[in-house]
Amino acid sequence: MSSKKKRAVLNDGPDWTFELLESYLVEIERVAEHYRLDTYKNQIEVITAEQMMDAYAGIGMPIGYTHWSFGKKFIETEQGYKRGQMGLAYEIVINSDPCIAYLMEENTITMQALVMAHASFGHNSFFKSNYLFKTWTDASSIIDYLVFAKNYVRECEERYGEEQVELILDSCHALMNYGVDRYKRPSEISLKEEKVRQKEREAYLQSQVNDLWRTIPLAPDPQKQQAAPCFPEEPQENILYFIEKNAPLLEPWQREIVRIVRKMGQYFYPQRQTQVMNEGWATFWHYTILNHLYDEGLVSDRFMIEFLKNHTNVIAQPSYNSPYYSGINPYALGFNMFVDIRRICEAPTEEDKRWFPDIAGSNWLDTLHFAMENFKDESFISQYLSPNMIRQFKFFSILDDDKKNYLSISAIHDDLGYQEIRQTLSQQYNLSNLEPNIQVQSVAISGDRSLTLRYIPINRIPLDKSSQEVVKHLHRLWGFNVSLEEINEQGEPIVIASCPEKVSESEQTA
Amino acid sequence: MANFIDRRLNTKGKSTVNRQRFINRYKQQIKKAVSDAVTRRSVTDIDKGEKISIPTRDISEPTFHQGQGGMRERVHPGNDQFSRGDKVERPPQGGQGSGQGDASDSGEGQDDFVFQISKDEYLELLFEDLELPNLQRNRLNKLVEYQTYRAGFTNDGVPANINIIRSLRSSLARRIAMSSSKKALLAELKAELETLEQTPGSEAEKIIALKEQIAELEAKIAKVPFIDTFDLRYNNFAKREVPSSQAVMFCLMDVSGSMDQATKDMAKRFYILLYLFLTRTYKNLEVVYIRHHTQAKEVDEHEFFYSQETGGTIVSSALKLMHEIQRERYPESEWNIYAAQASDGDNWADDSPTCRQLLEHKLLPVVRYFSYIEITNRAHQTLWREYEGLQKTHDNIAVQHIKQAEDIYPVFRELFKKQAV
Repeated sequence: MSSKKKRAVLNDGPDWTFELLESYLVEIERVAEHYRLDTYKNQIEVITAEQMMDAYAGIGMPIGYTHWSFGKKFIETEQGYKRGQMGLAYEIVINSDPCIAYLMEENTITMQALVMAHASFGHNSFFKSNYLFKTWTDASSIIDYLVFAKNYVRECEERYGEEQVELILDSCHALMNYGVDRYKRPSEISLKEEKVRQKEREAYLQSQVNDLWRTIPLAPDPQKQQAAPCFPEEPQENILYFIEKNAPLLEPWQREIVRIVRKMGQYFYPQRQTQVMNEGWATFWHYTILNHLYDEGLVSDRFMIEFLKNHTNVIAQPSYNSPYYSGINPYALGFNMFVDIRRICEAPTEEDKRWFPDIAGSNWLDTLHFAMENFKDESFISQYLSPNMIRQFKFFSILDDDKKNYLSISAIHDDLGYQEIRQTLSQQYNLSNLEPNIQVQSVAISGDRSLTLRYIPINRIPLDKSSQEVVKHLHRLWGFNVSLEEINEQGEPIVIASCPEKVSESEQTA
Repeated sequence: MANFIDRRLNTKGKSTVNRQRFINRYKQQIKKAVSDAVTRRSVTDIDKGEKISIPTRDISEPTFHQGQGGMRERVHPGNDQFSRGDKVERPPQGGQGSGQGDASDSGEGQDDFVFQISKDEYLELLFEDLELPNLQRNRLNKLVEYQTYRAGFTNDGVPANINIIRSLRSSLARRIAMSSSKKALLAELKAELETLEQTPGSEAEKIIALKEQIAELEAKIAKVPFIDTFDLRYNNFAKREVPSSQAVMFCLMDVSGSMDQATKDMAKRFYILLYLFLTRTYKNLEVVYIRHHTQAKEVDEHEFFYSQETGGTIVSSALKLMHEIQRERYPESEWNIYAAQASDGDNWADDSPTCRQLLEHKLLPVVRYFSYIEITNRAHQTLWREYEGLQKTHDNIAVQHIKQAEDIYPVFRELFKKQAV
């Protein structure tokens, strides 16, 4: 960096003006380009604290359909904020094109600069380049889709009543995390197409469903009956999709609502798997960009002190025995891992050369971009968590087996433990370990049309009691008996939840 | 280059709809919290917002997730004492310390969901579906008072109301109207006179004639009066009917030995509710506390609720006193009268028919509503039966039975439920 050219230090506020924001943004953008951050166009919106709470309540969606659960979220946020239990996040950023980031009006110019670097360049470039986001979300159409969804839900409310719509939405929300095909790339969508296709789909789907449930036998074909006793042919993990396509009693509009919730679930699917990387990446870049500006003499000492204070708070990691401990701070882990990768590239030790022969001494920027683009939390950790990091965080792993009445320490930060800790931590972010594996097993097509789901436990971890409630929701969507089986240790399926409940008197709603 | 958009002036309350949906959905629970709150609060602070707490399990959104148990391995930071293979005692569930990191997603949160509703929302929920008794009759023979207000100007009135500015303005106008043509002529004649006087050798008769004309005109102008009755303007006042917004609430309570503090507390809650309810409708609400054992006495609030007396019970004494006070201080033509009586049902048996007589002939015709609550766990006695009989023939008396504090609110609702019109 040629610090030769003397340039005026940017005003450090603390108050901000739009001109000042603009001049900071110009500098930040210049540095971001210098580090090859590829971003969507930025749209930066200044909002009040109250609007920030609104944004929170809408789970980070700028436009959302109406549902009581968002109201609950809003009340929670508002209460927490009023009592001072919780500060508002400095920023919310939306994975859309243009990438929308919110700045809160009461922040100082330092914080605004931090947020711009963090959200508008850090997160933004992550959204644009990470493979999961590229595969699962379509930034250019999400806003259009949200508008479509909002209007569609509103129309349904007008036509069929708020209550009916709410019932369907409640049920779909319960299954929102089961609306993703993990192995298929979803097709791209845009508003206009979506509208046209929605009409076509409505007609087509209904005809398909009717066909599936056709009661008049086509022709007596004994062979065929033998060949297709099982539906679905393979277990289905995308439960919402299965409902949308096959539930016998749903009205077309209800299918469309199922689809809307499914699309939302899909939109959040990458975010759930890249929290550490995404936050780490954004934090790394706000830190790097603002330090770069400081090295160039563009920002004042006062600015840096305020910035560093906030930055330090963000990446604080309390120890396991601290009263503030609530799991691993994704900002801390992610930020330090990216810093560590840079260190391995720039100043590798002998140990690093042994552990990371391919990246030790390489160009750090290339390596970082590669890591950001091609991994998710799980694989990122198992690839890049270095012994140095494990020592720095003093990681240790605890094995909790409910068959024993003590916990055991399975690994600590020593030579024996590095691999194991890396493996365990990586699995901790593996979505398929975090979310129960539940799939649609079978439907009694020619019988009572009952739907059977199957839960396959990992490490004997049982389902939470609330599953019974979820099954009730499923029953509402399916319209006929629904039961949930668990494969026990002997490999036999056992019914753990059903609706209508087997024991109680039947409350048939179908 | 980025776009900056200032959204600060956008409409607030994007979440209001959702919040409203939430409150509607959990109305039952919220109402319960509201009625619980009534029993907790004292008279003075009842008129503000309320903290609502709903058990979390009632509003949870169920999802499939892992429960407790099974085998799991988790990584934690900050090792300060452990080595590989150490055995540690399992910490109590939900406890912090060695931190079962997944406590949040698998443990059942038993904390209540707590939030604040505004004063208005609180009162709205509290009095939802409630209506002032006999509202219909109230509307028909609504009590009225008169209020005087300015209503422009008139041409006649009493001297005290003369509006000087307006009067002088019309005086001036009249004077101008009556004298301006003469003044113009006068000025003309004067000018002519002057020219004649300046001209040497002009005719003397002509000058004299002109002078006479001028004198005549001046006299005419002087005759126009400065002010005339015709000019006078008066401030006008009119009277307007305003519905009476004053009400009096009589609280009658038995304080004989059989009423213990717990019973009185229950009665107090009932009065609080009634008071609150009435303040929503009437601007000026007065409360008269009458307590009685064998004799009745008007007392202040504190003495009413907290002093202990012993002795027998003669309910009619209180009714008599109420009637006297009402006649003296609260004529029924000016006040909306409400009465609430609380008792444990004890009465001297011979007195109950007297009470009935008093109510039927003296009190019920003047009160808007008379409510009687009996707080007891025992069987009903004569007083209850007498009152119950009245309930059949009069629609402005209500009799209800309360056993425990929890009954108060439902009974209150029952008493004041919206009457089908």
